[in-house]
Amino acid sequence: MDNFTVGIVVFPGSNCDRDVSWALEGCLDIRTKYLWHESSDLSDVDAIVLPGGFSYGDYLRCGAIARFSPLINALDEFVISGKRVLGICNGFQILTESGFLPGALVANKNLNFICDDVELDIVSSKGGWFNNGDKKQTIKLPIAHGEGRYHCDSDTLKKLADNELIALRYKNNPNGSSFDIAGITNEKGNVLGLMPHPERACDGTIGGTDGLFTLKSLIMK
Amino acid sequence: MDQFAVKVFVRLRPSVLDPAGEATKSASIKLGAEGIKSLRIGKMIEVKIEGNGENEVREKIDLLCDRLFANTVIEDYEYSLEKL
Repeated sequence: MDNFTVGIVVFPGSNCDRDVSWALEGCLDIRTKYLWHESSDLSDVDAIVLPGGFSYGDYLRCGAIARFSPLINALDEFVISGKRVLGICNGFQILTESGFLPGALVANKNLNFICDDVELDIVSSKGGWFNNGDKKQTIKLPIAHGEGRYHCDSDTLKKLADNELIALRYKNNPNGSSFDIAGITNEKGNVLGLMPHPERACDGTIGGTDGLFTLKSLIMK
Repeated sequence: MDQFAVKVFVRLRPSVLDPAGEATKSASIKLGAEGIKSLRIGKMIEVKIEGNGENEVREKIDLLCDRLFANTVIEDYEYSLEKL
């Protein structure tokens, strides 16, 4: 794993890119590289994180403009090749807007921007993103979003449930998400999108380490 | 080339809760407006566009609406078109 490099995509308006880099480099000793959104060369990265923030000022809809960046266009081939992609918060919104994950993220039910620690049930560890073990487990991660209400139609929800694509559910749904969904994977399991911020839970001194497992799993083959 | 003025209306699908609409409805009632049964907020996008005739322009607008202006998972769209 010496040369394993995680690409962290930087859009105009991303603001968690450095947090992700700090968590990966500082807490896990995983090499990172910033990828400017206009780059389409993904040849020297082995996994990709789409970090949180407000790409393109959240204009039109969260993630709607980012979808058309050269980097997101190049992501298709990267995902098909089986490499891992993690979308956190705005990154999750971008993954749904661009069709890598089903559904959409809309304004929180109570219209508040919610910044809090939340308890989450690990529903599925498809793709190995969570340490599910044999029993249902609960982790605590921070959330910070205004548009985090996961929405999908009933057919999509059934498909997500039947195929074990629901990764995380809120214990106490803070934003009105369908079926309490906080994170989902694609069918192959190599793409995970979630609203909570694992990179903000990687050091005990800032409140918890429940995010370490997910970030560490980026280096899984 | 003909030039057209297009007005695109993007609305949340009826099945999607519109909390901003609900909050505005609540404020409308506080203002004293009576009889409001429903209030939902959408977007209107104005585009001036040129092309060879209405059909070609409609094709372009359909693509823009479907791929960019609206997210059809949560939104519906419609548009009106006027030749300038």
